[in-house]
Amino acid sequence: MGQDAKHRLTVEALRNVSFALNTGDRLGFIGSNGAGKTTLLRTMAGIYEPVAGRMVIDGVVTALLDPGQGMNFDLTGNENIRMRALYNGYTDAQIKHLLEDVAQFSELGDFLSLPVRTYSSGMIVRLGFALATAIHPQILLMDEWILAGDAAFLGRARERLETMVGSAEILVLSSHNPAILMQWCNRLIWMEGGRVHADGTPVEILAAYLPPDQFEQAKAAAAHAMAAA
Amino acid sequence: MKPRFGSANRQHMNMLVPDSGQAEAGLVRSARSSSQPVIIAASHSWGGRAASAVQDLRESLRLWPLVWTLSLFDIRLRYRGSLLGPFWLTMSTAVMIGAIGFVYSRLFHQDVAAYLPFLAVSLVLWNFINMITAEGATCFSASADMIRSQRMAHTVHPARVVVRNLLVLAHNLAVIVVVFIIYPPHLTWSLLSELPALALWALDASAVALLLGLVGARYRDVPPIVGSVMQIAFYVTPIMWSPAMLMNRGLGLSLALIKMNPFYGLLQIVRGPLLGQPVDASAWTNALCYSVFLVLMSFLLFVRARPRIPYWV
Repeated sequence: MGQDAKHRLTVEALRNVSFALNTGDRLGFIGSNGAGKTTLLRTMAGIYEPVAGRMVIDGVVTALLDPGQGMNFDLTGNENIRMRALYNGYTDAQIKHLLEDVAQFSELGDFLSLPVRTYSSGMIVRLGFALATAIHPQILLMDEWILAGDAAFLGRARERLETMVGSAEILVLSSHNPAILMQWCNRLIWMEGGRVHADGTPVEILAAYLPPDQFEQAKAAAAHAMAAA
Repeated sequence: MKPRFGSANRQHMNMLVPDSGQAEAGLVRSARSSSQPVIIAASHSWGGRAASAVQDLRESLRLWPLVWTLSLFDIRLRYRGSLLGPFWLTMSTAVMIGAIGFVYSRLFHQDVAAYLPFLAVSLVLWNFINMITAEGATCFSASADMIRSQRMAHTVHPARVVVRNLLVLAHNLAVIVVVFIIYPPHLTWSLLSELPALALWALDASAVALLLGLVGARYRDVPPIVGSVMQIAFYVTPIMWSPAMLMNRGLGLSLALIKMNPFYGLLQIVRGPLLGQPVDASAWTNALCYSVFLVLMSFLLFVRARPRIPYWV
């Protein structure tokens, strides 16, 4: 936070952030509220253009930043899927394929013919996740809301993400849940005050970030989840 | 800030999209030209910013099926659950024109047969201008969710306002047709000038929606200001009354002022030929001058403000 020449309040959300990701990387962001995690995800998605510096993106990016994802809640699920397909310039055949794929994965069935505003928050998450991953991005950026799904959905979501990441793609996840980060990521960046505070493996970073008892708890939870899956 | 993504292997991609790897609107060009990565960099030069602005415009042209569907859904949603549907637009315009027509033809001592076609054309056209300015001023702020959820061409939003209102205009044309059937106009070859005139309208409408949308996204006072200005403009522009009525009352002096009105030229080039008048060179000059100014202003502001839109909405 600061003031410019005209005494207007300015916010410098990110500074000196520099890193490279390669095929197969599963990066997690951790940090307190307001550390710049979501801003960085939005910047990586190309939504916020930087005031200084640059990004080089080689590959198709999809961002799941908020559950609504620019969906029009007055339109039905199917209409929203069609809309998303049009954003991406799909042909009719591709739209048909997308409709089937999303219907199958989200398991929303007949609800897809109802306006999205009648959905529960979990159903919105399911639709949003199915939609974002059906497009098969090479680079997937996700904010923590994904955890709003029920346990069964979380398992299937993980499976689907795993196939995506497995086929040589990049995942970037921002979360406050250490167990999730430990399961899904192979690299963590600890953001603090808009800067990279630390960068390393999940175990390294979480050991430094969390109090010891919580770290042990998270490790146990992650191990448990891995064993279950 | 230099996050660098390694080159992902496109052969492994099980993309739904067959031709290379296009998924994200803004990133399509890279995917198409294959190995070229997208670079999003802070640009402080006018050249760099202008190039991004032109790219944005091209991108929304490519996305016209999206713009069309968005507009269609907008109209459909507005009337979802109503029996008459979008024809409420036609109905309300018809009732208004009918009521005002009969009262004002008396008030202005005009022959209904001449006044009603004039009023019908004027009001339908003005309604379009009015809606473009009102909805244009909120075109970005109303789409904030969309803008913040994924990277896409920003000019899609003003384009959506224009297309949506062209659809409304098409519904209202029915009223003009009915009025013309009751009071047939003397149409001449000047009617051909409607084509370039309507093209100019579409261009100007896009420029106005973009310009007001940008200013309106930054300063939220703009939409109400636009509303009041348009209210005043409605009374000082020959819409309910024609310049000829002023001439008859010996008020010819104010004619010069009327012709300076930016709305007058634009209205006249579309309205005149429909009422059987010859092509009006001075109206065209007026309309073209203001249009060049408007399009230029709008483009320059877009070049300057484009990267800031997601922060403002």
